[in-house]
Amino acid sequence: MSEKEDDRKPFLSKKFDKFFTGLANAWSFVRRFFSEVFIPPYEFKEVIHQCYRIGVESLPLISLTGFIVGLVFTNQSRPSLSEFGAASWLPSLISIAVVRAMGPLVTALIAAGKVGSSIGAEIGSMKVTEQIDAMEVSATNPFNFLVVSRVLATTFMIPLLVMYTDFVALMGSFLSVNANEMVSMSTFFVQVFESITFLDIFSSVMKSILFGFTIGIVGCYKGYNSSKGTEGVGQAANSAVVISMFLIFIEELLSLQIVNAIRGM
Amino acid sequence: MEEKVVEIKGLKKSFGDLKVLQGVDLDLHKGENLVVLGKSGSGKSVLIKIMVGLLRQDAGMMQVLGQEVSTLNTKALNALRLKIGFSFQNSALYDSMTVRENMEFPLVRNVKNLTRGEITKKIEELLDSVGLPQSINQMPSELSGGQKKRIGVARTLILNPEIMLYDEPTAGLDPITCSEINNLIIEVKERFNTSSIVITHDLTCAKDTGDRMAVLLDGQFKAMGTFEEVFTHADDQRVKSFYDYNFIHS
Repeated sequence: MSEKEDDRKPFLSKKFDKFFTGLANAWSFVRRFFSEVFIPPYEFKEVIHQCYRIGVESLPLISLTGFIVGLVFTNQSRPSLSEFGAASWLPSLISIAVVRAMGPLVTALIAAGKVGSSIGAEIGSMKVTEQIDAMEVSATNPFNFLVVSRVLATTFMIPLLVMYTDFVALMGSFLSVNANEMVSMSTFFVQVFESITFLDIFSSVMKSILFGFTIGIVGCYKGYNSSKGTEGVGQAANSAVVISMFLIFIEELLSLQIVNAIRGM
Repeated sequence: MEEKVVEIKGLKKSFGDLKVLQGVDLDLHKGENLVVLGKSGSGKSVLIKIMVGLLRQDAGMMQVLGQEVSTLNTKALNALRLKIGFSFQNSALYDSMTVRENMEFPLVRNVKNLTRGEITKKIEELLDSVGLPQSINQMPSELSGGQKKRIGVARTLILNPEIMLYDEPTAGLDPITCSEINNLIIEVKERFNTSSIVITHDLTCAKDTGDRMAVLLDGQFKAMGTFEEVFTHADDQRVKSFYDYNFIHS
């Protein structure tokens, strides 16, 4: 930073300036991702490695959460539907809720906590221990190796994890419905697939891709720009989770408006 | 006089209000080990980071192997970086990779058409030359500070650099390991025919490894020459006190 830059008076206030500078930096980070993603060398091995870490290693947590969400949501919805004699609609209700909103949202929030924080902390610690500088001085592009590979991996894996969560949540729901309403698996799933449309699945996949990209890029951005030693690493991990979750909710809200608009056409 | 591999003139660098380098002039000659001495925070590391393009100077000239670093594009800068080995203060080994993967990392990305056997042979040779042939499959967390430094040096040597930059090579190490690292620096120079800049505040390291010293104080070199020239005939009181603190007080 030159002296001139440092002496400049803040445009609004220091806080506002910091916020908008951060926003501009984040935007240029996203632009850099899109400009470097197609430039060789392609780090396929690292992308696969990250896909494994993000996808396979998240399975136990995702399985448990998805199952509980399906089971609990079914049990909580039953009394209300039963009041109107509509307990037989449970599979339809659950499938719509899970596929349209809960599956993507629950998976993304869990991934933001687990994957986003781990990416932020890992890259942050590499930054403060000069490992990123070491890559750079060995004529390797650290952005390509660390950021592009991780963002691609989250973008590919979150939609897959969402599909898996949907399935597990529906299985949880089936167990409850089967135990209480004596509905067979084939009847349950026939009702499930009759209720959901192509638009539901398409919008679910599209927003999962967006959620995955958000988790990856926010984690990488916070890690890549961390400072102040170990304290900075903690802050990077923490803010990666908080910002990812906030953006996921905003994206969920926006995608809901878009899908509803399409549905109304 | 040997040819200059690094030529620095009027180099200035500030971070906000903090003026770190204030018109630094320095030459490194081929085959020479130059030690840059100075207090912590005096800008020694900044100097070598500008040399490899990790930082950019505010003013002045930084020519490495005949090229002005600040004017190079990414491709040319990367080509230059291949000729410079940078040993970091904390070794900067990639902690999620084994020693083998750490050493492979720069090699497979910068040298094409190497077979698996050739890569392994090169790694084994270098690990042997730093005295750690058995550590090939270990993780960095399983190594001691001195071993990490050695592996860090071996990793930089894998691309056959012409210039070696050592950032505080003996910081945080016990006296015996320090002496081993000093010997390694001399061995690297002789065996790999490199020119080196050693950044340190450790006078024992400076005396053992350096052909020439340069003392950085207040953003400028206050004394330059052999160890005896710098410390025996020092005019600047702070240069003298630097010697006193290292050899008398400790």
